[in-house]
Amino acid sequence: MTTVFDRPHALTDVPMHYCPGCGHGIIHRLVAEAIDSLGIEGTTVGVASVGCSVFAYNYFNVDMVQAAHGRAPAVATGVKRARPENIVFTYQGDGDLAAIGTAETVHAAARGENITVIFVNNAIYGMTGGQMAPTSLPGQVTQTSPYGRDVKTVGYPVKICEMLSQLDGPAYIERVAINSVKNIRAAGRAIKKAFRYQTEGKGFSLIEVVSTCPTNWGMTPAKAMKWAEENMIPYYPLGVYKDKYAGDAAKA
Amino acid sequence: MSEKVLMKGNEAIAEAAISCGCRHYFGYPITPQTEIAAYMAKRMPKIGGTFLQAESEIAAVNMVIGAASAGVRVMTSSSSPGVSLKSEGISYMAGCDLPALIVNVQRGGPGLGGIQPSQSDYFQATRGGGHGDYHLLVLAPASVQEMAAMTVRAFDLADKYRMPCMLLADGTMGQMMEPVELGESTGGTVDKPWALTGTGMKRPHNIINSLSLTPDELERWNVDRYERYAKIERDEPMYEEYLCDDAEIVVVGFGIAARVAKNAVNAARAEGIKAGMFRPITLWPFPKKAMFERAKTAGAFISVELSMGQMIEDIELAIRCTRPVTLCSRVGGMIPSPAEVKKSIEDAHEKLEGRN
Amino acid sequence: MTKNILIAGFGGQGVLFTGKFLAYAALLEDRQLSWLPSYGPEMRGGTCNCSVIISDEPVGSPIVTEPDILIAMNRPSLDKFEKAVVPGGEIYIDSSLVDRKPERTDVKVYSLPATALSTEKGFDGIANMILLGAVIEKSGVIDKSSIPAAMSKVVSAKHKDLYDYNIKAIELGCESI
Repeated sequence: MTTVFDRPHALTDVPMHYCPGCGHGIIHRLVAEAIDSLGIEGTTVGVASVGCSVFAYNYFNVDMVQAAHGRAPAVATGVKRARPENIVFTYQGDGDLAAIGTAETVHAAARGENITVIFVNNAIYGMTGGQMAPTSLPGQVTQTSPYGRDVKTVGYPVKICEMLSQLDGPAYIERVAINSVKNIRAAGRAIKKAFRYQTEGKGFSLIEVVSTCPTNWGMTPAKAMKWAEENMIPYYPLGVYKDKYAGDAAKA
Repeated sequence: MSEKVLMKGNEAIAEAAISCGCRHYFGYPITPQTEIAAYMAKRMPKIGGTFLQAESEIAAVNMVIGAASAGVRVMTSSSSPGVSLKSEGISYMAGCDLPALIVNVQRGGPGLGGIQPSQSDYFQATRGGGHGDYHLLVLAPASVQEMAAMTVRAFDLADKYRMPCMLLADGTMGQMMEPVELGESTGGTVDKPWALTGTGMKRPHNIINSLSLTPDELERWNVDRYERYAKIERDEPMYEEYLCDDAEIVVVGFGIAARVAKNAVNAARAEGIKAGMFRPITLWPFPKKAMFERAKTAGAFISVELSMGQMIEDIELAIRCTRPVTLCSRVGGMIPSPAEVKKSIEDAHEKLEGRN
Repeated sequence: MTKNILIAGFGGQGVLFTGKFLAYAALLEDRQLSWLPSYGPEMRGGTCNCSVIISDEPVGSPIVTEPDILIAMNRPSLDKFEKAVVPGGEIYIDSSLVDRKPERTDVKVYSLPATALSTEKGFDGIANMILLGAVIEKSGVIDKSSIPAAMSKVVSAKHKDLYDYNIKAIELGCESI
């Protein structure tokens, strides 16, 4: 019998705590598949952040450290500087990466730190129960923006890919999504490329994954995917924002 | 033995750290400890080490967490306001049982305070500083030679007990130069099977973490940690006594305050007052037992501090309030003079005489 | 014997360097010592002082509050520290920059127009070393034979010209006092 579908080796065989329909399950799998296909499980060290994905340390079958809220890129920097031969990635949500950890994110990128950042943007603070995130859309209703995000008083969402791509440091920045099979496959390719860049010593890469939060958005998983497609993606356009080595494959 | 060289206290810390195998330094500039960063910036690239000036103290301490997680000897240094910023990370380090060295070359506070010497971070250092139940090992050197020796000891103790260790100095200790003899290079030899090195596909994955949403599990972690702390309180207190055997009045001070106290004790002795000096070298664990023993022979204690009176509480606790303890202190960057300490000794002496 | 030395002047006058030289000389003489600078944002032009203690005993407090030797390189330094000098102590003054005489009568005062001499004799910028020569000559706080070795500790071997220049300035101070 041929196995056509299996759990990636880089994922542990434990039940995840994520809500039904949550995007984290898909994104975890894409990260694990990338690790498997590059054969780097034995040398990879992951940094879990604070938020729904805090327990990522239980799910990835690699050495893991759990960082304080927003500090994952700094912790990853420490690991990478101590063990440059290891592959180091962070897995962060939008509150963690784009609010409390903005400084760590920007400066790890500016340094061109040779790490891979997986940034899950679902436009809400999930673990604390659905508060407004730095990436919540204008008008979006959350627990702390009950009348909709009013840009006049709380300002506009932070577009991380657009912002970081202005820096000279990063090697590769791309925004992907998981709202369709096609987009999931593209996201997998981007994540794998980000890890591959690290193995090649090319420097900082960040993949922003536009994801969903059916529970805190108050939608069914299917409707959440549709909402992401109709509301998030127009505001957060998908695509490669920076690739220092884009021409290399063509040249080679 | 190597030859004696003149070094600033801050430089002695840096060189001693390198001598005992520290190859990773993460910091952020702040007076009066920046010489440590400057020294590391110069030396580390030449010996294959890492010097990284972080974007903030917060980032620096988290880089330390990363490197400590990876199993290497690593340190950061700062001064009072910067250490407050690092306190979140230090709490995580304690919760993750990570060994590392944090140097605090104290300056006056609170707030931005000043840049002159102070010891007003005593509570912050000895009570943990951040959230949660935890301690740091806290060493208080009183000479440039000790700045070097205590740095090495701090790394050893941190590795031995898997916990963060703090060197608590002040602007004077950091800025002064004295002859120092640096020991032979040593390296950390402690095995760290818990470290994040990559599984190599040969073992289950290691997890470094301070989170548990299961109360009984989190309680167990805390209780286990405090069992380790109890062992440290039993085995690791360090102190120096100077002319204490027949002393009626014992002056207690650490770091720069102890040096001033020593002058005052000598001056008081010259006038026939039996004074002595007790210098805690470990501030946590505080040398409680030795101090309690000393209270059996001494009549009164004086706490000399560059704070509004912080260590004085530990003295009172250590001697269980069996003797009067008075405070002789200056703050804000001021340092008590030997004459001021001598005056306190004379006052205490007078009171003792009055009582007899 | 313990000598508490306080060197004071403007930042940029070589206050710390003078102290460092004395500290190295003491180190080479195998004596106990400490060197403590004032520190702060005044890198150039502000007030600056430096405590040096040279002793046969371990040094207690490194802060010199009652100097045996005060080296005053400007007027504010004399104003600030004259009273602190111990009875019988010594005050060395760069009289080019200090326009008054000390009021104390219970101390020895040595005045030398070090800054004027430095300009006149071609030692621009190192009046401190000229004044230091006077200190060494009169106080004997360090041995004259320690001067060359101590200088090689504070002036890089790469700068032989600077080394000679500083040594000659000290010699000039020794002779002029």
